[in-house]
Amino acid sequence: MEIDGSKKLLKIFISIENIDRMVLYSLTFYLFSSVAVLSALMVISAKNPVHSVLFLILSFVNASGLFVLLGAEFLAMILVVVYVGAVAVLFLFVVMMLDINFVRLREGFLQYLPFGALLGIVLVIELGILFLTDRSSNIYNNQTPLQPIVNEVENTKMIGQILYTEYFYLFQICGIILLVAMIGSITLTLRDKGGVKRQNIDSQNTVDASTAIEKKKVNIGEGI
Amino acid sequence: MITLEHYLFLGAIIFTLGVLGIFLNKKNLIIILMSIELILLSVNINFIAFSAYINDISGQIFAMLTLTVAAAEAAIGLAILVVFFRNLGSIEVNKINQLKG
Repeated sequence: MEIDGSKKLLKIFISIENIDRMVLYSLTFYLFSSVAVLSALMVISAKNPVHSVLFLILSFVNASGLFVLLGAEFLAMILVVVYVGAVAVLFLFVVMMLDINFVRLREGFLQYLPFGALLGIVLVIELGILFLTDRSSNIYNNQTPLQPIVNEVENTKMIGQILYTEYFYLFQICGIILLVAMIGSITLTLRDKGGVKRQNIDSQNTVDASTAIEKKKVNIGEGI
Repeated sequence: MITLEHYLFLGAIIFTLGVLGIFLNKKNLIIILMSIELILLSVNINFIAFSAYINDISGQIFAMLTLTVAAAEAAIGLAILVVFFRNLGSIEVNKINQLKG
């Protein structure tokens, strides 16, 4: 029985091997893109913001799969590490930390739905018309399948070779942007609480008997 | 056969969903921030698709810049959200004019 099952599995694997590579590429693209689009739809329509964040994570993971298909492995990994690992978790943290009444926030959803749907449909139709009718330009006439960049060095090395030479200023600007974001968010959220006990070394060192000791006359039978 | 058009369509759909999210969830600031993330993701898909199309790595560098900007934007946006919630006790966007400065 078990041998039978493994034989069947082997047959399936062999048939997968036999499928044309292009078909496999297409299937993978459609799988990843449809899951990405559906989860993006769930991000904006989920009732619970925690579910929204989780669907955002799903969308980003699928987009990183698409990046792998396009040969951008480094960016795919960056997307998973930075987005899923940092930004999405930051969102989750804020959603769970703040005690927000989410039911009240949903109130306007149906009210804006017709207008929003109209706007979305118009936008999609316009973009579709743009892609479908503009066959005169060179980009859309070329029906060659999209392939990853073929080079003898791998993707990460290619990015490194160009990022630290040709685009070095851009790299530094990225650093400045992150620094400004860090300082900005710290100054926004930091608040000085009153009544925090702090050491003041200077006043501790300059203390002497005249300021440290206070004499009081205590009457018998009474407290201070 | 997957051509450049497929990726552009995907980017357009995700972009539209992001814009739609901003319109539909007018009150919820967190969902609006997530919609902006979706829009930036669609921009990234376009950058990388064109990078593969013209066989040039530069598009991926600019996608990295977009990622950086998106991360910075999320951090500052969430910081503003936290301050806003502390001051007003809610995150309804139509109350944001009460911050006054």
